[in-house]
Amino acid sequence: MIEELLQSSPGLMNFGIFFLLAVVLLLVVLGFVTYAILAERKVLGYMQARHGPNQLGGKWGLLQTVADVLKLLIKEDVIPKAADRPLFIIAPIIAFTPAFMVLATIPFTDKFQFADIGVGLLYYIAVSGMTIFGMVLGGWASNNKYALLGGMRAGAQMISYEIPLVMSVLGVILLTGSLNLTDIVVQQEHGWFILYQPIAFIVFFIASIAELNRTPFDLPESENELVAGYFVEYSGFRWAFFMLTEYVYMFAMSSLITVIFLGGWLPPLDILGFIPGAVWFALKFCVVVFVYMWLRATLPRFRIDRLMEFAWKVLFPVALANIFLTALIKTLFF
Amino acid sequence: MELLNLYQNNYLIVFVFLCLGVLLPLVALFLGKFLRPHKPSVEKYTTYESGIDPFHDSRVQFNVRYYIFALMFVIFDVETVFLYPWAVAYDKLGVFALIEMLIFVIMLLIGLIYAWKKKVLRWT
Repeated sequence: MIEELLQSSPGLMNFGIFFLLAVVLLLVVLGFVTYAILAERKVLGYMQARHGPNQLGGKWGLLQTVADVLKLLIKEDVIPKAADRPLFIIAPIIAFTPAFMVLATIPFTDKFQFADIGVGLLYYIAVSGMTIFGMVLGGWASNNKYALLGGMRAGAQMISYEIPLVMSVLGVILLTGSLNLTDIVVQQEHGWFILYQPIAFIVFFIASIAELNRTPFDLPESENELVAGYFVEYSGFRWAFFMLTEYVYMFAMSSLITVIFLGGWLPPLDILGFIPGAVWFALKFCVVVFVYMWLRATLPRFRIDRLMEFAWKVLFPVALANIFLTALIKTLFF
Repeated sequence: MELLNLYQNNYLIVFVFLCLGVLLPLVALFLGKFLRPHKPSVEKYTTYESGIDPFHDSRVQFNVRYYIFALMFVIFDVETVFLYPWAVAYDKLGVFALIEMLIFVIMLLIGLIYAWKKKVLRWT
């Protein structure tokens, strides 16, 4: 049915059906965010030898995040006098929209994918780069010193880590010769790219943590020097959208890592092929999300000068070397 | 014709995602209006500065280092723009294109080393 729909000429009818399906995905993502926050608090709690939320919703605190969201919803919306009002209002929207847009091209299984466009990977990288506008704008529009510092730091950090992120993927593209994410997964049938491109994976993973603004690279919002960084002045649901952006990106980035390096929906061994692809995807996805949480509990925050030097002096040359190493090996041995 | 439809439909989905990404914050913030209280007071609308009265405008002149990093970003991002098509078509282009690309990257690397020696990459 969907096949037919995709081949019919596009019109309002198609728009409506796609819209409904996208709403379903949006609800799934919101559900993920709700429980990812809870899981993060629980994991951090147990790693620090405490319990984490355990009051609301039974022993596991299952309703904690729901209560938090409701609280945010009924909080007063304060926009400071000194702030640039229109920019202050659109900044969270600019930050959130690309976070949701990038999900359009990610293939969750061989059948469950939204937009199967030829330049899927490039689309992800290009669109995800737009979020930075929202963060810098939010910091600037707040007219607050902490917020401006946080916004500028976010800008400097994200553009610096964008380069190694983009360059490390080139190793994978050299092997596949395609930017289509489905093609990339299908070509991993004989071995995941984490095995063929270990250097690219490490560079990509480190850069992705910086892109997600997570500890140890969460300098834009380091609470003990900048209070909360670029969203100090935001309150209520506007603040919630910045938070949502971060977690939706975590969803998107973990999916992307699963797709590019961990073989997407493919089972690790052919014998295990009887288990459906969606389960494999979910498993790998959860492992990546868990590693992000684990790193947050383990590593202290970087210093800003070390962070910037690390991007330009270590990750970038390594990513470049990896491209030419891959190209050379491919020319000489295949 | 069918391929064209497929192509258009896929980008229609991207457009749907764009609409939904804009709509969700708008709708949530609009509906929130009916739920949240609105009790303005002068103190509430002052800029937060750890409890003291804010002074000066916060939009001060910024350290030039941020702009230098932005410039470096532009240079190397343009480099990736050239590297992407090369990587996709690598099988067809072969060794000659590899050497060409190597020369191109080395020229940009000289720039990176220059910036490194000029201590541009140092934050302190």
